[in-house]
Amino acid sequence: MRFYRVYALFLRHFYLIKGSFPRVLDLIYWPTIQIILWGFISKFFTMHSEFYNHTAGIILSAAILYDFLFRSSISFNMLFLEEIWSRNFTNLFIAPLKVSEIVVALTATALIRTLIGIVPAILLASPFFGVSLFDLGPSLILLLISLYIFGITLGLFVVSGLLRYGPSFENVAWSSLFLLAPLGCIYYPISILPDWLQVLAKTLPLVYIFEEVRSILLNNVVNYSNIVSALILNFFYLLLSVYVFYSAFHEARKKGTLINVGE
Amino acid sequence: MEEVIIEINNLSKKYKDTLAVKSINFKIQKGQTIGLLGPNGCGKSTTIGMLLGLIKPTSGNVLINGKDMENHRTNLLQKMNFISPYIELPKRLTIEENLKVYGRMYGVKNLVNKVNETMEMLNLIKFKNKKTGELSSGQKNRVSLAKAFINDPEILLLDEPTASLDPDVADYVRTIIENFSSKNEKTILIASHNMNEVERLCDEVMMMKNGEIVDKGKSLDLIKKHGRKNLEDFFLKIVRGQNEIL
Repeated sequence: MRFYRVYALFLRHFYLIKGSFPRVLDLIYWPTIQIILWGFISKFFTMHSEFYNHTAGIILSAAILYDFLFRSSISFNMLFLEEIWSRNFTNLFIAPLKVSEIVVALTATALIRTLIGIVPAILLASPFFGVSLFDLGPSLILLLISLYIFGITLGLFVVSGLLRYGPSFENVAWSSLFLLAPLGCIYYPISILPDWLQVLAKTLPLVYIFEEVRSILLNNVVNYSNIVSALILNFFYLLLSVYVFYSAFHEARKKGTLINVGE
Repeated sequence: MEEVIIEINNLSKKYKDTLAVKSINFKIQKGQTIGLLGPNGCGKSTTIGMLLGLIKPTSGNVLINGKDMENHRTNLLQKMNFISPYIELPKRLTIEENLKVYGRMYGVKNLVNKVNETMEMLNLIKFKNKKTGELSSGQKNRVSLAKAFINDPEILLLDEPTASLDPDVADYVRTIIENFSSKNEKTILIASHNMNEVERLCDEVMMMKNGEIVDKGKSLDLIKKHGRKNLEDFFLKIVRGQNEIL
């Protein structure tokens, strides 16, 4: 792996963001609107729900963390879609870039895009709704890492689909996280789900991450087993997604789709 | 002894039931400019795709400087570049930004000088801060060429390099390609439907039909061999075969 090639791909997306104010606005706009919306919902539930009584901000904290996951995954997908939309896709694959360098560059760039979007929203949550993610304590770092890895993992699965099936897979890019959201138990405990769905939900790291958020904010208890379970599952899914991405790349070379992917 | 830079051995590509390229063989010497001719769907793009490592051959191999493309893809691509009218550079980036990005990707030394030198060569300096998407077709074509020259490639693959350009700009582009080839002893493979362009730029041509190379040689020799007036006539004879319409 060569750093200069990873940096080149990062630079391509940095120039894109730097040169377009509407693009920066777009990155910030949706997370901010989400936080404001969930801020008011959270406030309502805090005042009227027995479960959430006196625990201001659980829903909003979950909403911010979910948005962090959503932005990381979408950012990863968007970086790849940008290449397809701009018909630059083939240029990347005739450049001396290794697949691993593409993955690393997109992962790093997606983090920057995610932070541009989510940091203003996090900063707004405190003065407007009195909610701070830092209430989660040092565990916050591990939770964010877990969410980011899972976001990138989902991104890799979607991008593999784009490589394998072409731009027609684009709609899945937008809907992938909505499919997992009900099973992720973001705003409610896993016990709400029917037994058979609980079995399925427990295979997702999201369940452990958001159980942990509730455990810390509701009971002030840090349950490291949740964090470890999430990290182990994340590691497994990340490896699987990297394997799927390499397979999709080799399959695309066999099918000859790398030469004419475009809108 | 002349140095072989591209060697294709029994190269085939099968897509499901279609054999797009049928066991082709050829060698290209260093410094040669070769034209790859043939009707649409004859296997030119698939051949170029395999040369670039974008398409995995079903059988056979591509050797660049004696090294197999399948096993040395990243290293070999460092010395190659490609342009096609079907591929564009990011539209929202300026010319200079695009060249800096690709220069870094190819590990170009003294990048700032190289970018300026390339822009000067293609008369792009005055547009350097303009977004690529805002340029005319001719200017975009020159930017694509600049991107193709940025790593000073030993092998340049050009797919329809002057498609959709007016005769003036097309002539300018051909002159640049000629200069690039002659001054630096570069190897160029051009897939084109413009026979005048091929006659002007290429030392030899290879004619493809139905996935096979049906004839190859110097333009004048092929014209003479087939009893034709010019290269276009030769092309029509090969493509139409027995059903030739005159």
